[in-house]
Amino acid sequence: MTTIYVLWLRQLKRYIRSKPRIIASLGQPLLYLLGFGFGFGPVFQKAGQGNYIQFLAPGMIGMTILFTSIFSGIELMFDRQFGFLKEMLVAPQPRLLLMIGRTLGGATTAILQGILVIVICIIAGFRPLSISALPIAFAFMVLVAVLFTALGTAIACTLTDMQGFQMVMNFLVMPIFFLSGALFPLTGVPAAMALLANIDPLSYGVDGIRGAMIGVSHFGMLLDFIVLGIMAMVFLAIGARQFSRIEA
Amino acid sequence: MIRVEHLTKTFGEIQAVRDVSFEVGMGEIFAFLGPNGAGKTTTIKMLTTLLRPTSGKVEIDGLDPAHQQNEVRKRFGIVFQDPSLDDELTAAENLDLHGALYHVPRKLRVERTESLLKLFELWDRRNDPVKQFSGGMRRRLEIARGLLHTPKIIFLDEPTLGLDPQTRNQLWAQVKKLNEEERVTVFLTTHYMDEADRVAHRIAVIDHGAIVAQGTPAELKQQTNSETLEQAFLALTGSSIRDEGAEANRDLRNMAKMWRGRR
Repeated sequence: MTTIYVLWLRQLKRYIRSKPRIIASLGQPLLYLLGFGFGFGPVFQKAGQGNYIQFLAPGMIGMTILFTSIFSGIELMFDRQFGFLKEMLVAPQPRLLLMIGRTLGGATTAILQGILVIVICIIAGFRPLSISALPIAFAFMVLVAVLFTALGTAIACTLTDMQGFQMVMNFLVMPIFFLSGALFPLTGVPAAMALLANIDPLSYGVDGIRGAMIGVSHFGMLLDFIVLGIMAMVFLAIGARQFSRIEA
Repeated sequence: MIRVEHLTKTFGEIQAVRDVSFEVGMGEIFAFLGPNGAGKTTTIKMLTTLLRPTSGKVEIDGLDPAHQQNEVRKRFGIVFQDPSLDDELTAAENLDLHGALYHVPRKLRVERTESLLKLFELWDRRNDPVKQFSGGMRRRLEIARGLLHTPKIIFLDEPTLGLDPQTRNQLWAQVKKLNEEERVTVFLTTHYMDEADRVAHRIAVIDHGAIVAQGTPAELKQQTNSETLEQAFLALTGSSIRDEGAEANRDLRNMAKMWRGRR
């Protein structure tokens, strides 16, 4: 337990101390919220879909958690670059505990970032259905955060240089975001896109958060929960496997 | 404390370490010298559970690093050739994290942190993030960290690389003091022969993966009729520059990369 705790604490300290990073990563959802939210709002309304900010806010929360958690996972590459990874690998500790500690720490920072975005959304005019819906939304946020931190960790174990990072952003993270239904409803999209959205784990995350917060859900919250739960386990297992294979 | 018998490591075609045998006694300061690419780091990796030997036997405090990994890991501290601190954390936090990873009880962690930071003259800076530290301070902090869990052995892989003479002097003085006070066995590598001469009780010289000489600094000088250890070293290993060695090293690295991808 101590092992998991100290590594979790390390991630948290690193997060809290990097204030520029916190602020910078809030800029993006803010920009989307203002640009898309107020820009497309009137069209969305005219199309009979209701208030766009209400629809978009859960998507922004999902997006922030996606970006932050993938990045925390990929931070492992920095640990390799700056040598701290060796310190962890030569310690008398099972690799699995090291991986779990790091992942939970990364996921926690992503959740904190998500909470900040909720506050921003509320300032921008977003109103969740009820306070009692928030714990359910929070549960979905946790699942999304764990899932993508584990994915980021697995990727970081495989990539050996920083160049790969850009590839991951462009060919994995951005598609996951755009296809997830964070920006638009998934009802009535072309079949090919619907298929991609259906295999995108973030779709279920955004859908779950949206279901909890505004009562509108595409897949149904139970399905969201099951899919995310299973996916999180699978990615944790892959991450742990990849991590156990790193050589110092 | 360390016993190595007929240790061999091959990477594909290349023999990085060939039939190496030596012993390091308890409380000894042992210097492992050799040109670049001679097999020093590979040997250290095998001693510190990071690499499995192809053949031969290694014993650390009577245990086998290849099979009793965690037990062996508790018994040594290591300062790697490259830095391995967390820059965002403070000096004290780096030590505390290390202590927790090595199962040191909290109370002892606090005590050890204080005494080691004082010894290495970092106590006043304990709450500063490591990113504000100079190269020498980082090195000292890494050595302090390596000693936090009171290991029986400390491995120092070129700890003074890139440091000025003042810092190097001070660092070795502190290491010697520790060796005397805590009876910790020191296994070091360095390219500065004067350091090895001054600090080490015994020396082994490795070249092309094999041990070419072993003994006290005085014995090595006598064997080669040299006045300084540097001359002795050059007499033992030749004075040609090791492009070949460096290349072999690079090949090894590339090969290791390939395997990593494949497995």
